[in-house]
Amino acid sequence: MSTKHGYYGGFGGRFVPETLMAALYELDSEYLRLKDDANFKSELNSYLSEYAGRETPLTFCKNMSEYCGCKVYLKREDLVHGGAHKLNNTLGQAILARAMGKKRLIAETGAGQHGVATAIAGAVLGLPVEVFMGEEDCERQKLNVFRMELMGAKVHPVSSGTKTLKDATNEALREWSKTVDYTHYLIGSVVGPHPFPEIVRDFQCVIGTETKEQCIKKEGRLPSALVACVGGGSNAIGMFYPMLNDDVRMIGVEAGGKSLAPGENGATLNTGSPGVLHGALSYLIQNEDGQVKETHSVSAGLDYPGVGPEHSMLHDMKRVEYAYAMDDEVLDAFSFLSRTEGIIPALESSHAISYVLKNRDEFEKDDIVVICLSGRGDKDVAQVSKMYGRDF
Amino acid sequence: MAELSGKDRLSAAFKKPGFVAYTVAGDPSVSESVLISKALIDGGCDVLELGVPFSDPVADGSVIQAADKRALDAGITTDGVFGVVKEIRKYSGVPIVFLVYLNIVFRRGFDRFYDEAKEAGVDGILIVDMPPEEAETALLASERTGIAQIFLVTQTTSDERLDMIVKMASGFIYLVSSLGVTGKRDDVSKEAFSLLKCVKAKTKIPVAVGFGVSEKRHAEEIIKEGADGVIVGSAIVSVIEKNLGNCEKICSELKNYVKSMKDAIISKN
Repeated sequence: MSTKHGYYGGFGGRFVPETLMAALYELDSEYLRLKDDANFKSELNSYLSEYAGRETPLTFCKNMSEYCGCKVYLKREDLVHGGAHKLNNTLGQAILARAMGKKRLIAETGAGQHGVATAIAGAVLGLPVEVFMGEEDCERQKLNVFRMELMGAKVHPVSSGTKTLKDATNEALREWSKTVDYTHYLIGSVVGPHPFPEIVRDFQCVIGTETKEQCIKKEGRLPSALVACVGGGSNAIGMFYPMLNDDVRMIGVEAGGKSLAPGENGATLNTGSPGVLHGALSYLIQNEDGQVKETHSVSAGLDYPGVGPEHSMLHDMKRVEYAYAMDDEVLDAFSFLSRTEGIIPALESSHAISYVLKNRDEFEKDDIVVICLSGRGDKDVAQVSKMYGRDF
Repeated sequence: MAELSGKDRLSAAFKKPGFVAYTVAGDPSVSESVLISKALIDGGCDVLELGVPFSDPVADGSVIQAADKRALDAGITTDGVFGVVKEIRKYSGVPIVFLVYLNIVFRRGFDRFYDEAKEAGVDGILIVDMPPEEAETALLASERTGIAQIFLVTQTTSDERLDMIVKMASGFIYLVSSLGVTGKRDDVSKEAFSLLKCVKAKTKIPVAVGFGVSEKRHAEEIIKEGADGVIVGSAIVSVIEKNLGNCEKICSELKNYVKSMKDAIISKN
């Protein structure tokens, strides 16, 4: 395995135009300096506990457990302020940016969850926020656009390319290269050039660290399996990383979309091949010439042609299994959890629920299966009601 | 006498200050982009820089993004881009360089890409999103084929990294005049000129200045400040964008434009 700085096995790296290289070096050294700094850690921890609402519960799901024939727990990232795990990362990076003397935050967003989480962090920490969001996503997620604006963020609709997350990320990178001296690019997942995948992973590891402790406390042992959805893969890596060296089965669930045919899914590790996009070498949904292709998922948060480089490594070394769930299975899981547990999951997280429902025979009665409920489904209610023929 | 390498041919092109004209291969169609390239050559460009279209051109502003999209929508492929070079080569020996994003090269394989580029008649390759830290494989292919490896330097490039870049670079160095992406600017920044002096003090490799350059007065100033070349991209692509469907007009306007820029450069030499 390559040990080159900024690589995860053969994946990762820093593939950006020259203008951005200095900023990546600065971020790398400042992060190394600050990550173990007592003041930095105590400030972040106090925001996480008093503001974001950590630690989040590990909820035993009695009804789902009965149905599945194993012990099912949910790690409740849906209860983090803002409604998803995204705030773990945006608070961390915003405090980092402020410590680095940056005056402004920019971010890309797909469904809007990361944009909202950045707007929250910017508002509370006093940093102006500008968010790049595909025109199509702005239309699909109007409420999130308004939420961001309420919290003082400026939203820039992106009309280039596919008008979704991929092109919002391109536009954020372009804006960063124009204003790199005073702007921090607050990337929302474990993607992008080094050191972003490492920084975002470290801030999301709170998910797995808490889960490990909570599970040992409740059950006296580690989970048998961890299940999390994977788009870029930040909630999954945050859940998996603290237990990578333990005897725990790990399953990442990608967006199978309508089918595994090109253009109909976001299942990068299942259907893609290695390539370079947004600054990193990782698996990528592309054609034979290396042009990046359109993706599809019922959940905007997984509608992305790339995946974090560390996931590519974990995939190739077979440490983590990467499965996929189809759109219709995901909608079934969305309804299932709402009905049986009274918890409306995000469509992204419903991919992980769907895997466990569908593959429940894989698990024994005493198996402890922890699903990362990365976000709540309130943001998806309008879209799903429309699919059921009820438009509000 | 041994055949000249791409590196040699590019060095020779900047013996006197030169003009580098950029257009996107396959924009708005393969055949029209060949005609447009010929017009740029007829106007007197010293180096032709061909953009290889990419779905996600993060270093480019809206004008060149749109050109990449037109070319891809019209069906350009990597094979098609090499085809464009071969067509131009039937007409002219002017040095040709690629401006390409890494994934296109990576996907084909460095060795195969450089071999096919050499066979088609390419003299230099600039991989926009490949910093020198990640250039090992490309440099081996460049060394083997004699194709020049062109790198960007910018205002944010540290002294230490500048040393690394001038050591690796061949053909010419592409000095980025301002922060941000490609596209027109009103003026060339003062910082660009102090960077230019800094680079010139470190290396004998020709230095050409681009990003935001469009007018004669820009070209005059750049040459006066000691650059070996002036690169224009978005201003050329804008002419294509404004006259889509009228290739004859595009070609005559561009030929005149290149001529006027070339005159400005010569006047300051």
